[in-house]
Amino acid sequence: MSLLQVDGLTIRYGDNEVVRDLSFAIEAGESVGVVGESGSGKSQMALAVLGLLPGNAVTNGSVLLNGTEVLNASEKTLNGLRARHMALVFQDPMQALNPFVRIGAQLRVILTTHNLASGREADARVLDMLQRVGLPDPERQFRAYPHQLSGGMRQRAMIASALIAAPELLIADEPTTALDVTVQAQILELLEEIRRDTTLLLITHDLGIIAGHCERMLVLEQGRLVESGTTIDIFASPQHEHTAALIDAAPRLDRGDVLSAVAGNEVLQLCNVSVSYDERNGDSLQAVRNLSLSVSAGETVAVVGESGSGKTSLVRAALGLVPLQSGRVLFCGEELGGLVQSRPIAMRRDLQLVFQDPAGSLNPQMRVASIVDEPLLVHERGLSSEERQKQVAAMLDRVGLDASYRARFPHELSGGQAQRVAIARALILKPKVLVCDEAVAALDGSVRKEILALLGDAQKDGGLAIVFITHDLAVVRAISHRVLVMYMGRLVELADCASLYSRAQHPYTKALLDAVPTPDPAAAGGTVSLSGEVPSILSPPSGCAFHPRCRFAKDICRAELPLPRIVNGSIVACHRAEEISL
Amino acid sequence: MLRYTVLRVLGAIPTLLLVIVLAFLMVHAAPGGPFDDERVLPPEIEANIAKKYHLDEPLHRQFLRYLGGVVQGDLGPSYSYRDHTVSELIGGALPLSLHLGALAMLLSLIVGVTAGTAAALRKNTVLDRTVMALAMTGISIPVFVVAPVLVLVLAVYLQWLPAGWSGNAGGARYLLPVVSLALPQIAYIARLTRASMIDVLASDFIRTARAQGLGTIAIVRYHALKPAMLPVLSYMGPAVAAILTGSVVVEEIFGIPGLGQLFVRGALNRDYTLVLGIVIFYATLIILLNLLVDILYAVIDPRVRQR
Repeated sequence: MSLLQVDGLTIRYGDNEVVRDLSFAIEAGESVGVVGESGSGKSQMALAVLGLLPGNAVTNGSVLLNGTEVLNASEKTLNGLRARHMALVFQDPMQALNPFVRIGAQLRVILTTHNLASGREADARVLDMLQRVGLPDPERQFRAYPHQLSGGMRQRAMIASALIAAPELLIADEPTTALDVTVQAQILELLEEIRRDTTLLLITHDLGIIAGHCERMLVLEQGRLVESGTTIDIFASPQHEHTAALIDAAPRLDRGDVLSAVAGNEVLQLCNVSVSYDERNGDSLQAVRNLSLSVSAGETVAVVGESGSGKTSLVRAALGLVPLQSGRVLFCGEELGGLVQSRPIAMRRDLQLVFQDPAGSLNPQMRVASIVDEPLLVHERGLSSEERQKQVAAMLDRVGLDASYRARFPHELSGGQAQRVAIARALILKPKVLVCDEAVAALDGSVRKEILALLGDAQKDGGLAIVFITHDLAVVRAISHRVLVMYMGRLVELADCASLYSRAQHPYTKALLDAVPTPDPAAAGGTVSLSGEVPSILSPPSGCAFHPRCRFAKDICRAELPLPRIVNGSIVACHRAEEISL
Repeated sequence: MLRYTVLRVLGAIPTLLLVIVLAFLMVHAAPGGPFDDERVLPPEIEANIAKKYHLDEPLHRQFLRYLGGVVQGDLGPSYSYRDHTVSELIGGALPLSLHLGALAMLLSLIVGVTAGTAAALRKNTVLDRTVMALAMTGISIPVFVVAPVLVLVLAVYLQWLPAGWSGNAGGARYLLPVVSLALPQIAYIARLTRASMIDVLASDFIRTARAQGLGTIAIVRYHALKPAMLPVLSYMGPAVAAILTGSVVVEEIFGIPGLGQLFVRGALNRDYTLVLGIVIFYATLIILLNLLVDILYAVIDPRVRQR
């Protein structure tokens, strides 16, 4: 008997079938990956197994766990299975853990309600579990509230809560999507350890994760199972075209051409820029420190860093959206005054911005055509309305949206379409610099690829300079000429794309590259080269901010701040760049 | 946290000062004085009395004199209950009113939160609709209607409970006044609890708790109750104010010698200092309770504490 046997599972909301006739089985001890884009029904399937679908979901088929039917089972039956036989790790531990209850109490109540332990014994088992998932200082985390933990520690606590009653089946639904890449690598290593004695069903959109951690995989497309088999076979020769497209769309660090450097006139120069924010309690948060960067016409510079690295603050300061603490911003050699409000209108049009959340950055009350038209209304007052309409239509056409989209509202667009509108709005003024702040982070792999191609095309037509902010080094490789790596507000490395990927000079850059999962079972199995998480920016470590996490750190790294200097053609801020071999 | 508390207490001072100024002016703007009577006093005696209570001085001098007393905790002499200071009168009537108010508050919280939670858990069922309909009725009917109707039915027709504040009725005499005071608050709290409980039950961490196999009671007790109580806690300040206002009416109807009754008597007798004293006392009480609510907020929600 299989541990989990799904037969003809169909989930419907009204007329909308989100899972269709899904059948598969998982044997005890296996680790199986489920991959699919958003809307493929993978999370719905997980919720169905746990009996957590909302009340308006209609289900058909059968889901057997150890021979017990869970579909439409009573709450009593389900509660007998949950925690002790099956458990779920959710995507975002910030949302999934109760912010009002201490971590220890949240885990303890699972043991007490299932009569597995009580009193001191329960406390001891919780502490033991916190230790097992690699939480430092378990006694302290036991008493901590979720917001007092870092993102990675929160997900460890979430995993601890799923494992505390020793379930046979652990379902992890995008367990690392909300985490930084180096933390993701640590959590994946933890899951790797867990799967030795627990059956793991790992749901993700990231083929790299499946390649490294699952023996078998299922590919879902719009609620249907399109392919299943061993991970090695599927990656080697995908049978279904959707699988092939997914594998093709997965960004890779180790493959594909990189763009060569662009020489030319510098359109945007940042000189010794610092940005700080005043905290309410009187402290100040130093988001960016003494950073210099110049971007040439026709060039794409990627700004890479984990959350809190200051990458967004840097470009916001350049755009005049936050005040500069010190330093200068030059546009075509001319100094741009502080905040955008104080810049002449004509100057503002040359710097445009595309945000991460496409839906949130479009006014829900306006139709697509008006959204794209709005910048023209401000900057091209001389144009007649026919002329503007023509320009809007041409621009929408250029971003791949035909005439039928003009009258739509943002909520009638998919994520990719909404991002196309946002790009059209930014490009309609023919800016010289386009800043993309995590512009593809919220998009599915295939859509992401299209949007990146669109940005590449926009650059080919003219001398558009693109500053591309991202946390994902795999995305960077395909589109950028140069890469700036930031850590805690400072420059870590600034290098040509080619040299960065072939020969990273800074241990942090190397760690970021290592942390990206490779979508290839043969090449997978990357080791975690970085422990710990980014320290609080309010109290940065002395000397080199990276030294507590760096295995090459020596006394000088703890004592002295490394200044950016040229090593092998790249700019690197590391005392030991020449000595160490990465 | 301490800094925050001190700042909040200091911030309350201007509010209190404003209340004193407004109350003082309004009392003095009312026509007639405390010693006007059908029996006209000889002018010399009237002047004597006015002199004794400093009523012959210009208004601003009277105010400053009064304020000086208030700062030292002296609310002045009562004009109608001679030989008593206002502070003494308030001190005498307070325990009974406090008793009634606290009981009403407790009853509102227990019944309101229970009913609201039950309605939220059985959303859109007969139970939910019944609770909400009753709550709507409770909010709509003012206390000066509820109290006499309760007396009429339970005390006069059915004769289960005493109608007034008779000494030999023991604890039973508390029942009708407390219920009259609590009913509108029960209704408000039930509605608030239902709404916030429904919100909380839809959050991701409740889904996690369900995934962990916790039953409904465990989920409410360990996960949902605390966050769902935040809006109810915010309402505690206004609720206390509403109960204070209600007690003015209820104490009069049931003949309870509490602060509310004293207030009404004071107003009828144009006892400036007594009315002023009680207004200032009420204002201070409400400000302090609101402050307490804010501090409790931080106790319940750990995320507020950090800021």
